[in-house]
Amino acid sequence: MFKEQIGKQSNKVKNAVERGAVKKFAEAIGDIHPIYIDEETGRNSRYQNNIAPPTFPRTFDYGVIEGLNLPNKGLIHGEQTFHYERPIRVGEEIFCYSKVKNYFEKKGNFGEMGFLVLENYGEDATGSLIFSSSSTVVISEAVRKVLAR
Amino acid sequence: MSTLVALQVGESVKEIQLEPVSRMDLIKYSGASGDFNPIHTIDDEAKKAGLPGIIAHGMWTMGNLAKLFTDYYEEGFMKDYSIRFKGMVFLNDVITLKATLKEKQEKNLRFSVQAVNQQGNEVLKGEVLYHQY
Repeated sequence: MFKEQIGKQSNKVKNAVERGAVKKFAEAIGDIHPIYIDEETGRNSRYQNNIAPPTFPRTFDYGVIEGLNLPNKGLIHGEQTFHYERPIRVGEEIFCYSKVKNYFEKKGNFGEMGFLVLENYGEDATGSLIFSSSSTVVISEAVRKVLAR
Repeated sequence: MSTLVALQVGESVKEIQLEPVSRMDLIKYSGASGDFNPIHTIDDEAKKAGLPGIIAHGMWTMGNLAKLFTDYYEEGFMKDYSIRFKGMVFLNDVITLKATLKEKQEKNLRFSVQAVNQQGNEVLKGEVLYHQY
């Protein structure tokens, strides 16, 4: 049911890197560093602006992949990677989309486990990549049966 | 402020021990990240999912771990950050964050990173490729 989704992708969605959202996120991960929240520190840095924490892209909207129905419960986050061309700056606009990279099944302790690999991308207005990230989500046999109904 | 440049292969950055995980930490992360899966905040939902209690978002721990590198923002940035989630983090767990330099190649520093709980069990492990300007 997930195999046929491989290669599908969402439409790009424009995301603004909001100052307030970055501050809230920095607080939530206990990293209240001036480079994320203090305007003067940002201005005086090599970035001439505040930047966002490396895992901040978690908050972006990546659009909808038509036909991919993921339950909001029963999934296990197995692996996560981020790749950066440069740090994200507060105030910039990032165009985000998502792609189904892979799906495979493996026998595990809890039956046949499904592994779904989703790749997210963030580009600037000219289409140059700023970051990409990949999430491996583990879907148990039990959850897949419920979805298939 | 120390620098990463001076670090030798085999040496570690200063580790960070977090305060015991609280429900409020996870409520805040749910709000800030938009991940409202209730197994992270509501006991009954965690139990329904077969868990002994609520667990931290894996991304909360991964987000926390990145702060080992925040101070060095003038020197470089995290080019690659990859993590495998190894174990669950429960309420009141005390998590320690660590990073050890494994390899130096010109402008890139390769660190192995991990988060361990109070029993010394790895809850998360992975790698950071730090790119220096």
